[in-house]
Amino acid sequence: MSISEKTISKLRVLADAAKYDASCASSGSTKRDSRDGKGVGSVEGMGICHAYAPDGRCISLLKILLTNSCIFDCAYCINRSSSSVERARFTPREVADLTLNFYKRNYIEGLFLSSGIIRSPDYTMEQIVEVARILREEYDFRGYIHLKTIPEAAPELIEAAGRHADRVSINVELPSRKSLKALAPEKDRDGIEGAMAKMRERIDAFKADKTRRARKPLFAPGGQSTQMIIGADDEKDASVLRTATDLYNRHRLRRVYYSAYSPIPDAKPGMPAQKPPLVREHRLYQADWLTRFYGFQPDEIISTMENGMLDLATDPKLVWALKNQGFFPIDVNRATKEQLLRIPGVGTKGVAKIIAARRHGALRYDDLARIAASIRKISPFVTTPDWRPTSLLDSGALEARMRKPAEQQDLFAVAA
Amino acid sequence: MSAPERIVSLSSDDDLQAWKREARALLKEGVHPDSVVWRVGGEGDLFASELGGTYAPPAEKVSIPRKAAKLVETALHHSGSGRLGLLYRFLWRAQRDRSLPDNMADPDTLAVHRLEKAVRRDAHKMHAFVRFRKVGEDDGRERYAAWFEPDHHIVEREAPFFVRRFANMDWAIVTPRKTAIYWGGEVFFAEGGRREDVPAEDAFEDAWRAYYASIFNPARIMTDAMRAEMPKKYWKNLPEAALIPELLEQAPARVAVMNARAAADDTARHTSRMLRVEPGHNSLESVHDAIRRFHAEELGDAVTKPVPGEGPPDANLFFIGEQPGDQEDITGRPFVGPAGQLFDRFLQAAGIDRSSAYVTNAVKRFNFIERGKRRIHQTPKAGEIDIWAPFLMQEHRLVQPKVTVTLGATALRGFFGRPVKLSEVRGETIPLPEELGGVCVPTFHPSYLLRIQDEGQRAIEERKFVADLEKARELAFA
Repeated sequence: MSISEKTISKLRVLADAAKYDASCASSGSTKRDSRDGKGVGSVEGMGICHAYAPDGRCISLLKILLTNSCIFDCAYCINRSSSSVERARFTPREVADLTLNFYKRNYIEGLFLSSGIIRSPDYTMEQIVEVARILREEYDFRGYIHLKTIPEAAPELIEAAGRHADRVSINVELPSRKSLKALAPEKDRDGIEGAMAKMRERIDAFKADKTRRARKPLFAPGGQSTQMIIGADDEKDASVLRTATDLYNRHRLRRVYYSAYSPIPDAKPGMPAQKPPLVREHRLYQADWLTRFYGFQPDEIISTMENGMLDLATDPKLVWALKNQGFFPIDVNRATKEQLLRIPGVGTKGVAKIIAARRHGALRYDDLARIAASIRKISPFVTTPDWRPTSLLDSGALEARMRKPAEQQDLFAVAA
Repeated sequence: MSAPERIVSLSSDDDLQAWKREARALLKEGVHPDSVVWRVGGEGDLFASELGGTYAPPAEKVSIPRKAAKLVETALHHSGSGRLGLLYRFLWRAQRDRSLPDNMADPDTLAVHRLEKAVRRDAHKMHAFVRFRKVGEDDGRERYAAWFEPDHHIVEREAPFFVRRFANMDWAIVTPRKTAIYWGGEVFFAEGGRREDVPAEDAFEDAWRAYYASIFNPARIMTDAMRAEMPKKYWKNLPEAALIPELLEQAPARVAVMNARAAADDTARHTSRMLRVEPGHNSLESVHDAIRRFHAEELGDAVTKPVPGEGPPDANLFFIGEQPGDQEDITGRPFVGPAGQLFDRFLQAAGIDRSSAYVTNAVKRFNFIERGKRRIHQTPKAGEIDIWAPFLMQEHRLVQPKVTVTLGATALRGFFGRPVKLSEVRGETIPLPEELGGVCVPTFHPSYLLRIQDEGQRAIEERKFVADLEKARELAFA
């Protein structure tokens, strides 16, 4: 089978329309393969990035919209009804075939399908589910499927999406109700969260079901995620982080994606037209990681913010350390895991290595230098039998040494 | 140090089974690592063949800590020649210090971990970057082939991954040192091959490249992140990587066009606001009168003469210049001075009849400073451009051209209502929002061409200018 020019030009439009969704993860689902099936596909637990675009983002999935026509008019969205962007529409069969053909050539891990809303939320959701149904039932496709669900659609349709998909997501879109109301008047935070809550119930029930894995029907084994757009409104980082924490706790999300608002072609008047705040996005991810994997309470990070914003020039872990110098230096040979996780410049893997290595005897400075990614970065915060930092109290000098100039951080951003 | 006692020779660098057999035998005997010299086939030692292979495979297993065995099992697939001795020494030491594999502070452990990590990374990249091309189909079972160049000896190790994933098609992965073939449900290994053994293209590669180019967001360039994860050495075998230079080169222009479009939208808003403020212009004459009135009454300018645009009210082409010059100020008509004459010549070269186009300026009066008897042109400031913008937009609204050509930076600023870099949008065609209609073709101001000293460069820029005008003509009269 070959592919027509017309399909390629639709693909261009519908991929272009999907690129403002940050997620491309293909990880965290159940392991499976195609050896006992008729089709292709496997999921090995760890996601695979099959390519990287020059924007530094991983390309793991075929990430497209079924159609970019939309009856909603969200100000930040390139596909809003009032945009003059070129419109296109795939049939469910076309998407399924394209996915399969890309997959067989090892271009992708699977499909991430979303859609503009046409006719009605139910109709649109049916079409999305139909793509997944063709792939799973007709083609016996065992690769990864991520479906964007529409909160306003009927519960049984969202349920059907969960049965076929590895992961489902509903975008919360903006950090606050106020900005959602202003920029996406047709969307409703309660509706979005209601759908998330329902999804969580079903996912929890799936996980609690003790039937043998081979026999029980799957339900979004990769969990659910969401996305928040950063910089389209004037919400502060503190509020973004609080909203994220709230969503993690209440709906047990696997990931909250932060997407720097990027100027879109044919933007709605009043939307910022400057380059996307990529450094801010990066700092939010770092803060998010600290709360999820490093034992930081969101308030600990928020308390180190100035005007509710993360420091763009310095990573949040280092900022916390500089403002909590009484916590340091840490004796790497005696500290608990929780204490080690607070050392700037040491990651979760680094901590595991330190703990494994110190069982063999006290770590000396040179030992630490071999284990650590950068001894220069961590040395002001740690002690070993033969090392004791002297400059820590002299925080001005320390800060000057640790901080990089802010504009340097921005070098990789495009000059627009 | 004593002289080496044992020389062990392997037939080839990737004969990993032989290494394991020999290492096991040596460990069993307890041979000290300093006494072993590892050689690989091609290294031409006269005694190698005699001494190598003299160990019978041991009957019993030797005890090696599990973690060490696992690390070595993976690290052995590395292609570095120094690994053979290192890995033996590591196993020998691990037998005597069972916790050695966890001690990252030990240089040997660190080195083994590095090898192991390099192999795992290579394997991961193989999973990611193999690109199959379709070879054929028999009874509905498809056949694919791929060419891949791994750094390490990983083809046999990673074949099972592809079997699990592509169990229901036949395929071959050809690499320089080894080929994995999956046929009828079983996997075989053969000699390495060449790139030419695999088809040069695939029917879906155009679609894949189209996807790659479209999913890329030109507003966020992070090439370091891309290169870290997709190092350049892989690019030659990735169909999509050929696009990278082009995508990077076009990115600033694409972003500038986006900004200009956003500005175009603002312009529309600006226009509609102004239309509310100043209703009643249903003819160009009425706008021209308003310009003269504004100039005389609101600005109270008794020095210069206002110069409105001229041309047919139903023109397809709408040219926006900067401001009147000395000659224009005297005659009260646009584009009649030296730059205007040059402009006429270029219009002719591009096949455009000036009388069919509407020609106007962003600023409707001459800004200058006096030097003796001469009036020297002054580039209008942003504020000056902005006070005239409503009149420009009124003219534009009444003419409703198919193509708007902005000449120079002032015209761009006047039309879009915000600074847009000419160097980034020249050569582009910018669709305008519905309220304005048509497209915008930004190009140079003809006076820019007059100022270029170098003849060669002038010729180049003139060709670009004519090309822009020709494009505008084609779009206007298509």
